[in-house]
Amino acid sequence: MSQPEILNQAFELGFTYTRSTGPVVGRFLTELKKRNIVGIKASDGRVIVPPMEYDPDTAEELSEFVEVGQEGEIISFAWVKHPREAHPSERPFAWAMIKLDGADVPMVHWVASDSEELVSTGARVKATWSDDTKGYITDIACFELV
Amino acid sequence: MKEIAIVGYQQSDAVSDAGAQNEVELIIPVLSRIFEQVGITNAQDVDFVCSGSCDYLQGAAFAFVLGVDALGAVPPIKESHVEMDAAWALYESVLKIRMGHADSALVYGFGKSSPGELPIVLSQQLDPYYLAPQWVDTISLAAMQARMMLDRGLITERDMAEVVARSRRNALDNPHAQLKGDVTADDILAEETYLSPLRRSDCCPISDGASAMVICTVEKAKAWGKPYAVISGIDHIIESHNPGMRDLTDSVSTRKAAENAGMGKGKVDVAELYAPFSHQELILSRALGLGDDTNINPSGGVLAGNLMMASGLSRIGEVFNRIVAGDAERGVAHTTSGPCLQHNLVAVLDKGEVA
Amino acid sequence: MSDENEMITGIEVPIYLKYNFTAGAAPARFLSQLKEGKLTGQSRSDPGAPVYVPPRGSCPATGQPTDTEVEVADKATVQSFTIVHIPIPGNPIEPPFVVANLVADGANISFIHLMSECDNEQVHIGQRVQAVWRPEEEWDYSMDNIKYFKPIDEPDVPVEHIGKLPVTGLEA
Repeated sequence: MSQPEILNQAFELGFTYTRSTGPVVGRFLTELKKRNIVGIKASDGRVIVPPMEYDPDTAEELSEFVEVGQEGEIISFAWVKHPREAHPSERPFAWAMIKLDGADVPMVHWVASDSEELVSTGARVKATWSDDTKGYITDIACFELV
Repeated sequence: MKEIAIVGYQQSDAVSDAGAQNEVELIIPVLSRIFEQVGITNAQDVDFVCSGSCDYLQGAAFAFVLGVDALGAVPPIKESHVEMDAAWALYESVLKIRMGHADSALVYGFGKSSPGELPIVLSQQLDPYYLAPQWVDTISLAAMQARMMLDRGLITERDMAEVVARSRRNALDNPHAQLKGDVTADDILAEETYLSPLRRSDCCPISDGASAMVICTVEKAKAWGKPYAVISGIDHIIESHNPGMRDLTDSVSTRKAAENAGMGKGKVDVAELYAPFSHQELILSRALGLGDDTNINPSGGVLAGNLMMASGLSRIGEVFNRIVAGDAERGVAHTTSGPCLQHNLVAVLDKGEVA
Repeated sequence: MSDENEMITGIEVPIYLKYNFTAGAAPARFLSQLKEGKLTGQSRSDPGAPVYVPPRGSCPATGQPTDTEVEVADKATVQSFTIVHIPIPGNPIEPPFVVANLVADGANISFIHLMSECDNEQVHIGQRVQAVWRPEEEWDYSMDNIKYFKPIDEPDVPVEHIGKLPVTGLEA
């Protein structure tokens, strides 16, 4: 039996998927394009941001949209000391769960900060918009500390 | 309902890079050992085969089909696959036997996570509109979960470090473990943070490897004359895909699955918990109500080696090993999938009659 | 889509992931020999076991490793084929072209390769072909070392013998 060499080959596997948004996600993304953030009321009245199509507890179809604030509070965060290539920032940053004013459920996005020490649970943050909003979650470029 | 027994379990070493071993080459040695353990030739000698793997790990479409080449599938066999951990392949096989469609089954799982950037690959299992396009990696999500625990005073960093130190020490007795050593909590706490509040040691390593199990009816186990453990209960429950809608400091689905699997009906001597991050072992042992009389993760758990798509089956296999070795009479095995313990399976194993 | 109030109904989601693929031991042995211009099949060690080209590491019939190597011929027989008329994204070859399942003499399972220097309409099952290799200095760890297979002047192989020829080819 011959001795094999170790043969490596780097490659990229990729597809650009086209996804249908439906009326709920579509409405949220449409509002993002206009620089508004909307949530949806769950069966028990809690406001979920970004909006979900069905109530996770009751499976009820949800449809009552509510505009929420563009500022909110950090519920928890992770400080990324070594950002990965796919990450939204080349500099250290924080992933955070952010409860926007008027919302009852936190959303996941990222917070720009010069250092870990400036970020804390309970800190106030504000959405920063990308220059060219197109109806995509990254229309919110990031959150910044207030 | 038919009682189901585990009669064999094998796993490969957990290695950081399996190098020049493709899927089938990872599986063949594990299967040949389990065929020998159970006393059968190949998959022709069981009624059903089910595997667990995920093509995204190595980025090769239909890589799981190559796994079938390790089975001896001529003439054709009854075979199925889940794009999940093989613990769920076990679940499918249990249902198959309970429904009377098979008396025995081979279950195997394999994963080669080293070719890709695993935390980024796993980001694509998240919500495709709100989360996946942000490329939120799984370690960061776990780090936010850990901080919630710390902020609310539910755990301390020392508690987390104790979990890691116990894993490293227990793994000294596990020949397949990737990370092991005589380490103290102080050693762990001296490390700098990696993805704050997590240290590198709080995170499971990235591992390549495979594991396999043979199950059958208790009658068949007796006919084969093999030592066995009985799967007296098994259930799995999933929580919302929206992390904001979940209480990340608890594992409600684990607790419910354990209740449904009948865990509370007796003493738990040993528990193997699939906790890829140290704080998650604390969430899980609390959700299950485990106390000092339960030996938790004697194998070292997945902090000692995390075979994606196989380590869940390994948790069940580790409990089986301890029951047939006489170290335990009853044990619980837990498996997870998804970010922050989203989806959880619990199996309860009992000692079988002496053959 | 110019109206900013128009409801968004769909989005494009690019998912691009980077990997570093490592060939398995059996394919690596096959590819290393291919770099030397040799087509090497693999089989189980028991006599008469089927020979696989390309090998993947196991004999799928039994699940045993294929640790025996056998050099096979670069002459082959057409087991099946198709004429491609549609351009395939990313494929530089201009249609129409022939893609065939070919079994090398000495092997028992087919591989897929191109056929050329042939009249597409005359390609048929049982037809004899031979590899047209690239210049030696271009050889790499790749089946692409063979540019394509071209028909040769040998009698057709009866269907029942396809995949069963010895490395010396069809007996006269």
